[in-house]
Amino acid sequence: MSFGPHLFLALLEGTVAAFVLALTALGLSLVFGVMRVVNVAHGEFFMLGAVLAWAVSSLVPASPALGFLLALIASPLAVGAVALLADRLVLRRLHYAPEATIVATIGLLYILQQLVLTFYGPYARPVAAPISFRVQFPWFGYSGYKLVVIAAAAALLAATWYLLMRTRIGLVMRATQYDRETAQAFGIPVERVYSGIFALGAMLAAVAGVLIVPIQQAHYLMGLDPLLLSFITVIIGGLGSLRGTLVAAFVIGLSDGVISVFFSPTLAKIIATLFVALVLVFRPSGLFGSARA
Amino acid sequence: MAMKKTGAQGAAPTRRKVLKGLTAAAGGAALSGLLPTPIRYFEARAQSPIKIGFQLHRTGIGAAYGRWYERTSNAAVKMINDAGGIAGRPIELVIEDDGTDPKRGAEVVEKFATEHKVDLVFGTLFSHVVIGSAPTAGQLKMPYFVVSEGHHVASTKLNRYVFQPGITDVRSQVISLAPWIAGNLGKKVTMIFPDFAFGHDHRDYFSDAIQKQGGSIAGLIPIPPTETSFTRYFPQIPADTEVLYHVMVGPGVLTFVKEMGEHFGSKRPQVFGFIDSLEAVDIASPGLEFLEGTYFWEAYPRYAQKDQTPHDKAYRQAVGVDENGAATGDAKDVSTYSHMFGCWETLYVIKHAVEKSGYQSATDKDKKALVEALEAMTAFEEGPEHPQGSKQFNGKLHQAFGQQVISKVEGKRLNAVHRTSIEDGLYEPEGDYTTQPL
Repeated sequence: MSFGPHLFLALLEGTVAAFVLALTALGLSLVFGVMRVVNVAHGEFFMLGAVLAWAVSSLVPASPALGFLLALIASPLAVGAVALLADRLVLRRLHYAPEATIVATIGLLYILQQLVLTFYGPYARPVAAPISFRVQFPWFGYSGYKLVVIAAAAALLAATWYLLMRTRIGLVMRATQYDRETAQAFGIPVERVYSGIFALGAMLAAVAGVLIVPIQQAHYLMGLDPLLLSFITVIIGGLGSLRGTLVAAFVIGLSDGVISVFFSPTLAKIIATLFVALVLVFRPSGLFGSARA
Repeated sequence: MAMKKTGAQGAAPTRRKVLKGLTAAAGGAALSGLLPTPIRYFEARAQSPIKIGFQLHRTGIGAAYGRWYERTSNAAVKMINDAGGIAGRPIELVIEDDGTDPKRGAEVVEKFATEHKVDLVFGTLFSHVVIGSAPTAGQLKMPYFVVSEGHHVASTKLNRYVFQPGITDVRSQVISLAPWIAGNLGKKVTMIFPDFAFGHDHRDYFSDAIQKQGGSIAGLIPIPPTETSFTRYFPQIPADTEVLYHVMVGPGVLTFVKEMGEHFGSKRPQVFGFIDSLEAVDIASPGLEFLEGTYFWEAYPRYAQKDQTPHDKAYRQAVGVDENGAATGDAKDVSTYSHMFGCWETLYVIKHAVEKSGYQSATDKDKKALVEALEAMTAFEEGPEHPQGSKQFNGKLHQAFGQQVISKVEGKRLNAVHRTSIEDGLYEPEGDYTTQPL
């Protein structure tokens, strides 16, 4: 394949990766930005989203499209409920202390993973794409569903932006992030905001999991890669900075796509990790982070 | 024991109690010594099964294989036990999950030896787990029977306790297939393979074999074994490729084949795959239509063929596999048909080796006799114990050599179009395990 089409394919793959990564990393960044909780179990919410998508869609075997749409709604809601429960039962009782919550979310990671292993099993199970068509470019064919993923993820990102920037709930969330104590003094129910943010963060990861499952299949270990990439993204973007997270997701997604097509996926991971190290050395608060982090 | 018991009751053991206990134990021993010999003999046999440690990929990337390895082994054990067991002793399978992880694999072998005190270990598939576990088996002098396909056993780089008597190794498979591929599909081959030991066997031995047929390698594309997305690899396939040779393992296999179809559409080169790329996957899955007209290596045809042997029929029934290679009663639960027969056949080889060697218990002497009995074996006849077909066994390499099948995808099923002979897959030995000390 000549250079032009090769680059085009690399950019397509990179764009899909970037949008999915943006959704996942945004959830992680929100939780850290508002609650100062480093959620190590974030990747498991992604995995849980995918596994529940399989469960929901297999309830409607006759119509893959209907099953998938149902999963797209039900699965993030269920994962949000799990997150809400985790917040009430664990994080709140730890008073959101940074060190304690890291250990607690590591525990949550293993609990979720082992529960899925126990009840869903160790197998990779496919979920049929709601629409499957093939886009034939002059040089190669491409999965039509992946283009749908780009559109759906873009719409979800826009919706999240609208929620945070244009609604009253978003205002309350941003106020809590800006200054927790003042927000509380003004009568904002900070604990409820925290619960909501934790659920929202988990739902963003879950919906990314649902979108990716027709491409990748649901498997109990699939949460690890998105977790690592999300951490890389939020560290480079600046923990808590939503704009930084989005920019970093695109930089990493696209560079990952291009480097892994032209060289190797391992090299792409090496370079991303090196970039993280450089950012931590020269700009510890991230490219867009404020110094107070 | 007597002391422990009284201690647990809270009272200090008195001298009288201890003496009483000792006397009773001694009396019991004396009594059993007085029993007529045949009764003692049968009693011992009924109480001591042959314990086989089953190193199983129940979780991790090998889980789909593990599920079927377990079903096949259970079926074979039931069959053997119903027919009187091994030398009159029943088989007891002790299962430990290795998570398809080499480090855990070595720990599992050790656990079998020290905790479960098994007679031998069996059943490993993934080559990195075999390579990770084999040194431990060697150190513990634990007979270790793998069902792995990899060339590592026959390379004679492992040790004298490792055997692969139930399935042909990759090197033998690929050299027996290369002439047919070069003669029928094309000579410029691009290979896509997993980037670890098993894939490297394919790369090294097939490259060599196709060049001997006057062919050449147009491209080599290694893929990390935990990869989940494959589209990015396909542009590396050179345009002048005549045959695309693919072999993939792990949870991503369905994605791999689907994305290959998306990439090529109808404009594809000839495609020759190892069924590994589709084990446990339904060929009728959406997105796999492009496989129509492509070819696969199979060790053992998944779909019952027109010339099905009575042994294949009986084997399918015992394991619970229907004519399409899926679980009886669940068409979606597709088997790993080209690999799992190795468990069945290996258990029968173990049975005969134990019986021939007069093996009684896990002593160095008995293990030595078992290893030597195995090394003296030369052939296994096709039949109920070896439903996949006859095999030659090379005791110096600890490796079996059998027939291979090439199948074509026609009407969403695999039809056998060519069978190799055992001789097609023989090669110069690289060493000799029997020269190693026991």
